[in-house]
Parts: sequence; structure tokens; C-alpha cells
Amino acid sequence: MNSLFEIGKRRRLVNRNTAQEIGFWGIRLITLFTVLPILGIVVYIVIKGSPAISLEFLTQMPRDGMRAGGILPAITGTFYLMAGTALFSIPLGIAAGIYLAEYATDNAWTRAIRIAIISLAGVPSVVYGLFGLGLFVLFFGFGISILSASLTLSIMTLPVVISTTEEALRSVPYEFRVVGLSLGGTQWQTIRKVILPEAMPGVVTGIILGLERAVGETAPILFTGATFFLPRLPRSPLDATMALPYHIFVISTQVPGMPIQIQYGTVLVLIAFVLGMNLIASIIRSRARARRQW
Amino acid sequence: MEKRSERIVTSTIRIAGSSSILFLMLIFIFLLREGLPTIGEVPLERLAGERWYPIEDLYGILPLISGSLIVTVFSILIALPLGVGTAIYIGEIAPQSVKEVLKPMVEILAGIPSVVLGFIGILVLSPFLRRAFDLATGLTALSGAILLALISIPTIASITEDALYAVPSSYRYAAYALGATQWQTIWGVAIPAARRGILTAVMLGIGRSLGETMAVMMVTGNAPTIFSGLGSFTAPVRTMTATIASEMGEVATGSIHYHVLFFIGILLFIFSLIINITSSTSTERPREEKAQVVS
Repeated sequence: MNSLFEIGKRRRLVNRNTAQEIGFWGIRLITLFTVLPILGIVVYIVIKGSPAISLEFLTQMPRDGMRAGGILPAITGTFYLMAGTALFSIPLGIAAGIYLAEYATDNAWTRAIRIAIISLAGVPSVVYGLFGLGLFVLFFGFGISILSASLTLSIMTLPVVISTTEEALRSVPYEFRVVGLSLGGTQWQTIRKVILPEAMPGVVTGIILGLERAVGETAPILFTGATFFLPRLPRSPLDATMALPYHIFVISTQVPGMPIQIQYGTVLVLIAFVLGMNLIASIIRSRARARRQW
Repeated sequence: MEKRSERIVTSTIRIAGSSSILFLMLIFIFLLREGLPTIGEVPLERLAGERWYPIEDLYGILPLISGSLIVTVFSILIALPLGVGTAIYIGEIAPQSVKEVLKPMVEILAGIPSVVLGFIGILVLSPFLRRAFDLATGLTALSGAILLALISIPTIASITEDALYAVPSSYRYAAYALGATQWQTIWGVAIPAARRGILTAVMLGIGRSLGETMAVMMVTGNAPTIFSGLGSFTAPVRTMTATIASEMGEVATGSIHYHVLFFIGILLFIFSLIINITSSTSTERPREEKAQVVS
């Protein structure tokens, strides 16, 4: 016994406080190693891309096989896709979130719905592309179009909108529902007039984060709505469209002799888009948190 | 009147609530519809072949699976220590002010579109790796794995942080009361208690890596090769996702090639289902475990 204790003592090479110091510094180093590339990428893109940004770049059609001029069609295309995705995924996602938070009981069907949502969230983006091609482009005959791409992106965005809506509704205290019902409101009136307004900041945050993901995706629109080049802006939802992420893919891999500045400029516009939405979402979130009285 | 509109709204919401199941089934049905004809068109032993060369009717998908596995495994080896380490720092060590800067930073990484990471991969990472390792090309499995690590780090970090947060503080107080240092408490108590959550984090990270398309397609060089030892890490590979994304645009609808690409999509879909369903059920279990600890 005694000798074992001695061995135990001898084998402890470093003092445990020193071990803690070493461990903490190790973790700090790892964190630095994770964070630096993030900062590096964003700063690098801003530095390399900002010289390309001008009013002309943002508002003109591309010229010389996209090697000059602006990226207007890609920007408007991304707006169209975002609007289309919002149109389908917001009402459906909010309704499904309301169902899960307010109506669903804990039974097998509800569990199946939850598993389906988790599964949808994990389906690879390129598989969404295949699905969109099979269902919307070919089966429904919408062709390679804004409509097909928006529908595909909507289904991909749905899990985010549903989960955040449900979470936001659940964070509204139970008493609000009791009061709503006791004042003679029906369940739906209570949800619409009391619960939903209280949960709105959370819901909006979820919608923005979902759309942010949709805006940056390339794979789902590859064969459902994106096109290499358009001489004019799309005129109907059944037209194909250019989009920022796909445009970045095209000009960085498919077009030889592409001026590097235009490439970085386009990337900067997309990054600004995405991080801007991220910023808006976090402002809404922190404001709502500060104002909340319960 | 009031009652009728209430009923309409309620049933609409019920239908919408179940829409996820409908969509998941639709995805599966349409993948099967376009992908299953493969079985009749390409004999199974040729489908399991070692050469992917559609122009000569060679549809061996082994090199594609191998390519996906190489980049995924390697990316997780990078992302696991970085993601878990960052989560430990944010959740256990960092002062509040640092935490409030770090959390949004990780969120920013999660928001950077994969095509942007692929772009940086082509212009910055690959040339750097080519010089550093003196390679013939910088477009290799290694570049892909590094980008995939960046993509899966936010997933791993945020789920690990949630898991650490869910460890009851009484566990930590007990460890402190026994004289453990904070570091000993993190390693000996918090992390073991959060292990299921960390496992879920890793599984979902694997899911992200396996399903990621654009970044991988842009930097891995797209040569369908089979794993052949350590040299494969610094050689070009081609993943399942990249194959679908780069070839679907060029095939004729209804051709054998088209069906095989959908068949690969079925495989990806099934992989992702397995990963997500197993990891979602494994997060529900700790509740029983905690009950056991208490009793």
C-alpha cells in the first residue's frame, strides 16, 4: 500500500496547478488557431475586394465575357431567389413551428415529425439539388427557373425556420396562454394576438438565419435555377437566373483570364450580404433580449 | 362563423406541421424514381468497380466513396480538437467579455458560404500547400480536408458547448469540494459528463463534411482515385458530392450516367439519414443516465 502511494506521488511529474496553467494555455492556443483563419479570411476578402467595388460594379451588366463591367444580374438574381425562398418557407415554417409548440402532443406522430425535421436539416445540399431537379424542374415541368430554385431552397431552409419558431414560441411563459384563454379568446386568437407578437423577434431571427443560408448556397441551385450568363435580367419566375454564389463558382473555375479583382469584388459582395444578414439577426435578438420583461 | 374560421386555421396548421414528413418522403421517392433504374442498367459488380470513367461506361463508385471518406476522416481529425477546444474555452474558461466576442465569431464562420471558402482555397490555401509540401498540384485531399474542417468546426463547437452547458453545476461543485482544480474538473468531470453531446457533435460534423459540395469540388482536383496509403492525402481525389455537382449539368436526362448520379445521391441521402437519426436519439439518452446518477 505504502509503496504504491509512493509511486503515485513520484509519477506526478508536474504540480496540478502547473498542469492547469499548461492546459489552459493549450486551450487558448487552440481557440486562437480556430479564430485566426476566420478573421483572416474576412479581412483578406475585404482588403482584396474593396478596390473593385464601385457603383458601376454593382449596377451594370457584365461585359467582355464577364471580364469587365458589373455583376448586376447576379445581385438581382440573389434577391429574387431570396424573395422566392421567403415566400414559401416563411408561412409554412411558422405554421409548422406553431403546430409543434402549441398544438402537438407528445405522441409517435410528433416524434416522427421531429425526426423528419432533423433529417431534413442534415440532407446534403447537392441532394436537395437532385430532388429539385427531379420534382420541380422535370416532374412539375417548371424547368430551370427561379421558381424551381426557390422551392428547392425553401425546403432546405424549412428546418431552420421551424426549429427557431418553435423555440421562440416555447420561450413565451405559459401564463400568457392562460390569460389569453381566460379572457375568452380561442386558442388561435391567443396565439395570434398574444403569443406570436411576443415571440416575433425570435421568429424573425430564425427567418433571417434561414435565408442567410439559402442565399449562400450553390449546390441546390446548380441544376434547378442557376445559369452561367444572362444577357438581360430575368423577366418571370420561370426564367433561369444568375446568382452570386454560382457566379463566384463560375468566374473562379470556369472562365480563363478572369481579372482577379472582379473575383474578389464579387466574393466581397456575397460576404457583405451574408454577414449583413447575420448582423441584423443578432441586433434584433439582443434588442429583444434587453426589452423583454419576463 | 368564429368557430369555422378557427377550425380552418387549426387544420391548416396541423397540415403544415406534418409537412416535414411529406418533404422527406418526397425527397426519397424522387431520388429512388430517378436513381433506381441504375440497378437494372449497370451490373452490381461493375457499380462496385474501381474505375469511374463514364465516357467508357465505367461506373465504379468505389473511388468516389473512398474520396469522400478520405476528406471526411481527415477533416474531422482537424476539426475535432479545434472545435472541442474552442467550445471548452468558450464554455468553461473564457471571461464573459471574451466569450461575447468569440461566440459571434464562430457564428460568422458558420455563415461564410462554402463557395467562398472554396474560392479562398483555390487562390490562397492550395498554392500555399503546394509550396509547403512541394507537390505537383495544390488541389488535393488535404486542401479539401482543411476547408471541410473550417466548415464543420462551428457545428462541433456549438453542440459541444451546449453539451458542456447542460452538465449540472452541482457536478462541478462536487469536484471543487473534493479539491480538484478547474482543469481537473473540466477533464475529469465536465467532459466525461458531456461525452454523448460531444459524440453527437462529431457525428453531425461528419455529416456536414460528407455532404459538403462546393468547397470540396473546387479544391480537391476531382481525380477519381482509390485510397492507397498516406500518399492519398496529398493527391487529388473526387468525392461523391463533387461528382454529382460537376457532372449532372452535362448528362442527358434519363441516360445511364444520369441514373447513376441519382444513385450516388441515394447513397448520400441514406448516409445522412443514418448519421442524423442516430445522433438525435443519442442526445435524448443522458436524461436516464442523469437519473441514475441521482438515484
